[in-house]
Amino acid sequence: MNQNRTIYWRSFRMAAWLGWQIESNWTDPFLFAVYSFVKPLSGAAILVVMYSVITNGAFGSPVFPYIYLGNAFYQYVGAVMTGVSWAVIDDREHYKTLKYMYVAPISIPIYLLGRGVSRFITGSMSVIITILAGMWFLHVDIDVTAVHWPLFFLSLFIGVVMLAMMGLLLAGVTLLMARHVGFMGEAVAGALYLFSGAIFPLDVLPAWLRPIGYAMPLTYWLELLRRALIGSVADAFPTLSGYSSGQLLAILTALTLLFSAAGILVFRWCDYHAREQGMIDATTNY
Amino acid sequence: MFLEIGNGRYPSLSTLPIHAIIPNMTTLPAIQTENLGRIYRIRGSKKEAARELVALRDVNLTVQPGELFGLLGPNGAGKTTLIKILTTLLSPSNGRALIAGLDVTQQPGQVRQLINMVSGGETSGYGLLTVRENLWMFAQFYGIPSAEANRRIRELLEIVGLSERINTKSSDLSTGLRQKMNIVRGFLTDPDILFLDEPTLGLDVGASRDVRQFIRRWMDEQPTRTLLLTTHYMVEADELCDRVAIINQGRVLACDTPANLKRNLQRDAIFRLEVSPPDEATVAALATLSGMRHFVRRDEEGTAVLEMILHEEAALAQVINTLTQSDIRILNLQKREPTLEDVFVDLVGHSMAEAEHENNPAV
Repeated sequence: MNQNRTIYWRSFRMAAWLGWQIESNWTDPFLFAVYSFVKPLSGAAILVVMYSVITNGAFGSPVFPYIYLGNAFYQYVGAVMTGVSWAVIDDREHYKTLKYMYVAPISIPIYLLGRGVSRFITGSMSVIITILAGMWFLHVDIDVTAVHWPLFFLSLFIGVVMLAMMGLLLAGVTLLMARHVGFMGEAVAGALYLFSGAIFPLDVLPAWLRPIGYAMPLTYWLELLRRALIGSVADAFPTLSGYSSGQLLAILTALTLLFSAAGILVFRWCDYHAREQGMIDATTNY
Repeated sequence: MFLEIGNGRYPSLSTLPIHAIIPNMTTLPAIQTENLGRIYRIRGSKKEAARELVALRDVNLTVQPGELFGLLGPNGAGKTTLIKILTTLLSPSNGRALIAGLDVTQQPGQVRQLINMVSGGETSGYGLLTVRENLWMFAQFYGIPSAEANRRIRELLEIVGLSERINTKSSDLSTGLRQKMNIVRGFLTDPDILFLDEPTLGLDVGASRDVRQFIRRWMDEQPTRTLLLTTHYMVEADELCDRVAIINQGRVLACDTPANLKRNLQRDAIFRLEVSPPDEATVAALATLSGMRHFVRRDEEGTAVLEMILHEEAALAQVINTLTQSDIRILNLQKREPTLEDVFVDLVGHSMAEAEHENNPAV
């Protein structure tokens, strides 16, 4: 048991260190800092311009902070979920080290989760920059003294764990696919964007599509984060207004556990079949 | 203590601590395979039906602790497939493989505590990290304390002549130097059983020689260390290995010490003739001579080399007669001792290069 804990810890710690080295060393520190600012602000700017054109600049409407915050926190989905699964492609195709990681006495799922830490850190920087820009320049009124911080941090933590475990599930599927697998993380994140209430409430979707959104933990997670930061935004849309924050937290926790179990089981299954099919070190020579 | 390698003097590795060896490790075979087989299912395109490629067939091998064991065969013979199975990267289709008594498919976690692997001819590694960082990181994955890891890194880099590049980003290293870094990665963790898959592939002659000397020295330092090496270089197998298994088309054809493998051929007469290029009819006539046991023709610049294993020396007269009748000039005639290449020719019927072409027709 102790030996397992040691193996898990060193797998996670070193993977996080490696991920950070890769994430932060691809260019010089100044360019990295500029990129860290420009990327999230550009993404938010596109959304703000579109919103402004469609609503004739109705920034006072509760719709705006709903969309803005949903979009800001959705950056975690791309960062954490695809960060974990992308490590498989990166190590297998680019660095050609995945087989050496597999031969080493480490836990591969924990290693992959560790690789997602750096993306969580850079993702957090993007989220903070986007929210601060919204508060300072776009009248996203977040009263720091009225924020429900315990609810915010608890929801954030559960949500990041949920995203990491969904990333593990994707990583498993990635192990079994050799070609064009790089697009999968983006495709899944893009598809979930529609069904998570990130930029519009689920009521906007056709009735037959809504159950997908209700089954996604992301929906409850984004709702909780909005409620914790600006309670009134959640009240502006009826979709989940019938649920208390405690109920939403319970649903999020239950769905996170469910998706975590699915992530572990799917990864194990895929890992077994990747060995069967000789996919651990398969490269496409792109 | 210092040892002489190549032109250099290097510190001894004998002070390196060795991993705890599992109980009974010295009494159990280090590596054992029982009827091990592997079939790949290959599909050219979505419309094509999958075809089966047999990479390994009923391989039975036993490697004892302390042995430096060689797998010798052409590209596509199944050597890498066998290493992948033994290092838990690939599941066998049938049979089983044991590392120190542990089943590689049932107990992969425990197997990985005992092994490490290096594949030659590739430039793996994190290019953004320095040589030291790459190696240190892998040492951490194996649970080696940081100070000890740094000490080993410095020693090993000194031995392979890479110490001056310790703080160079690995993306700035040449292919050969990167390969040396990978070789260090394999030895750094001081595994009980080390797998080297074509370790000198792509290295220049001097670097290959240094690596071979280092391998031999590493084995000599600690009698319980076991090393399985695959190669298609005869000299490497002959010079390094305590025992060699000759493998082709997934089958182990022979397994013994290099000396014993060659001894079987010592009663035969082995000749190398360099001649003016012969026509096909002459080649066919030579191949069917009654005294000819095996015959390999290799074209070189403006000449042809005929490697022959004859049943007896007297059969050489038939060869020379056939050549002179066809107006083929004999430029050089040499009788020589058998090599592992001759053993391969004797077992397979043609040279390693021809077998390689047969195994990989597209090459």
